Amino acid sequence: MALTGLEIYKQLPKKNCGECGPPTCLAFAMALAGGKASLDSCPYVSDAARAALDSAAAPPIAKVVVGSGDTVIELGDETELFRHDKKFYHETAVAFLVSDTLGEAELSDKVAEINQLAFHRVGLEYRIQMVAIKNDSGNPETFKNAVQTVASNTGLALALISENPEAISQALGPVASRKPLVSAATEANWEQMVAAVKDSGCALAVKAAGLDNLAALVEKITGAGYKQLVLDPMPDSVSRAVADFTQIRRLAIKKKFRPFGYPLIAFTQAEDPLEEVTEAAAYVAKYASVVVLKTTDRAALLPLLTLRQNIYTDPQVPIQVEEGIHEVGTPNENSPVYVTTNFSLTYYSVEGEVEGSRIPSHIISVNTDGLSVMTSYADGKFEAEKIAETMKKYGIEAKVKHRNIVIPGGVAVIKGKLEELTGWKVIVGPREASGIAAFAKSQFA
Amino acid sequence: MKEKNTGRVAEVSLGATTAEGGTRTTTIVVGGDTALPFHHFEGEVPHRPVVAMEVQDIVPSWPEHLGKYFRDVWDKPGEWARKGVDVYGADLIYLKLDGIDPEGANRSAADAVAVVKEVLQAVGVPLIVVGCGNTEKDNEVMEAVAEAAAGEKLLLGNAEQDNYRTLTAACLGNGHSIIARSPLDINICKQLNILITEMNMPGNRIVIDPSIGGLGYGIEYAYSIMERSRIGALQGDKMLSMPILCTVGYECWRAKEANSPEEEVPEWGTQETRAIMWEATAASAMLQTGAHILLMRHPQAVALTRKAIDRLMQPNNY
Repeated sequence: MALTGLEIYKQLPKKNCGECGPPTCLAFAMALAGGKASLDSCPYVSDAARAALDSAAAPPIAKVVVGSGDTVIELGDETELFRHDKKFYHETAVAFLVSDTLGEAELSDKVAEINQLAFHRVGLEYRIQMVAIKNDSGNPETFKNAVQTVASNTGLALALISENPEAISQALGPVASRKPLVSAATEANWEQMVAAVKDSGCALAVKAAGLDNLAALVEKITGAGYKQLVLDPMPDSVSRAVADFTQIRRLAIKKKFRPFGYPLIAFTQAEDPLEEVTEAAAYVAKYASVVVLKTTDRAALLPLLTLRQNIYTDPQVPIQVEEGIHEVGTPNENSPVYVTTNFSLTYYSVEGEVEGSRIPSHIISVNTDGLSVMTSYADGKFEAEKIAETMKKYGIEAKVKHRNIVIPGGVAVIKGKLEELTGWKVIVGPREASGIAAFAKSQFA
Repeated sequence: MKEKNTGRVAEVSLGATTAEGGTRTTTIVVGGDTALPFHHFEGEVPHRPVVAMEVQDIVPSWPEHLGKYFRDVWDKPGEWARKGVDVYGADLIYLKLDGIDPEGANRSAADAVAVVKEVLQAVGVPLIVVGCGNTEKDNEVMEAVAEAAAGEKLLLGNAEQDNYRTLTAACLGNGHSIIARSPLDINICKQLNILITEMNMPGNRIVIDPSIGGLGYGIEYAYSIMERSRIGALQGDKMLSMPILCTVGYECWRAKEANSPEEEVPEWGTQETRAIMWEATAASAMLQTGAHILLMRHPQAVALTRKAIDRLMQPNNY
């Protein structure tokens, strides 16, 4: 819980020297509470006060880093229980499980397949993050070789899955600089596990069944000085996972319960690949920072990664579609041309209705910084000039033979100006997208 | 750490048995939650969320990946509904009257009533009936449907902010419940509930349809609206405490991702699996944010979602 200005004030020297900028210590405390000043500006703050204030200012969930170079993944550092309260910051990392019992060729093939798992939709690229190698063989040497094979075949981040400290120790040696995630420390092995990862500073998953056991184990490990941790409460059902993940996130954020102030890792339980993805969808929604999957079916991953993108979108920033000319169906040189804004909800409502009209069409989306029709018009971002400029920029005159453009009914007043600027005939469309189907039928069918 | 919630989501019961004045052989209750979705550990989740499968009164222009399951029955709404219930495990049926659209087949109120009766005769589960979206026609048809099925405790829709009076009156007079549909806007959602309640419709006969938007096409707005409305309900806001219906199937099958063949976008994987998962993943997200009734289309997406609900309904008390 963040401190209030008065709580901070109590810790300050109360000299009112003004050297920090604000004229009084109280004003400075208020600025600190609002995140508008840094404690470093105060030359007289005592060490004890600094320690107290720093710990209160620490994020409720630590940021833990996995991977190196181009594949650094930041986990955790979240501040909210609900995305509408502010936003969720660090997208769930998606990891794919491979077994060290696979032969070298099979393993390389599997990794090559995982490497290719990138998706493009609506102008975005969706990526996956990790390959997780599991020590199913139980043999440290086999595990080490498998990790080597995977490491030399992928640029993705790695996760090493074994509860045998000897296996982790051996496998980690050659790949330590890539900062893999190591899973897991348990009640039985934690001292050796910490010893194995200590020098590299790799993230270590801590695994214990039940929240009390998990908290106790985390306290032992942090007590021994290791704090690069990820939590696995070992839920035995999806329902239990929802409960455990919620409890951990709540206690971390609302109570600043330190043992739970780390990112969460979820392993899917379902064997059926499609069930696995519906399960993973629940973990993406409910706070998992890493989800480890078995399936590599693209058709199932695309929806999951789309959901991840949706959930982690900043609710305060309107989502935009790409500016330009979009095609609905397969339009030709005689097809209608509509213009709207680039606010995703506006655009997709229009697109859906145009599609519903079953008349292939062009839709020009104008960059209005993600504002809807009436808001952007009021803001001067959907004026005739702007629309004319966009029409020219993307060369609509080369795409159609006719010179007719449909504008939203709400901005009927720009008709004259737009006609003057472009020489096109401007047709005033319906005010609401829901009127487009009937409108298109009467105009273009 | 348990949150103490003072409020509760309203319980809406759908369908009436012979003893209750209808002809249903099974009835359904949705809502009643006193906690966030599936937080069994700190409150009651007395009724499992249900899956409604869609039936239309006219042969739909659905793509092949749906067509192959329903083509044999989709010109016979009664058989179509029976297949949904008996073969694919639908908990209830969502009958969409697209055939009455004046811009389309323009069927009459009498035609629509006949279809509703046909479906009621074919299946014993509760029935949701929704108009075509044309305000005037819907009002005329839904009034007739409400009267013809008086006592069946149907769920009828859609009431909207500028068109709720006729439907509300028809539901009130004939013992049905009502769907209050708002366009991805929590203020309108609440306002509409207030308007309908002011006509003396009890809160336990209203179901919210917040218009979810498709996965990848704005579903996060609905996600947060539903989360906020559940939190509001638990804090005692009666005008946000109605159960929620999500039109997952309708939204998903409009999406490019459900309709683009694999040859066009090889990196998106097999088309049918992709379409199924587009629906099932959206349903999974909606369950986590408070859906009570999921409208769905593909039989396998329905099966996956029912399994997901089974898993989430397992107790997780401490």
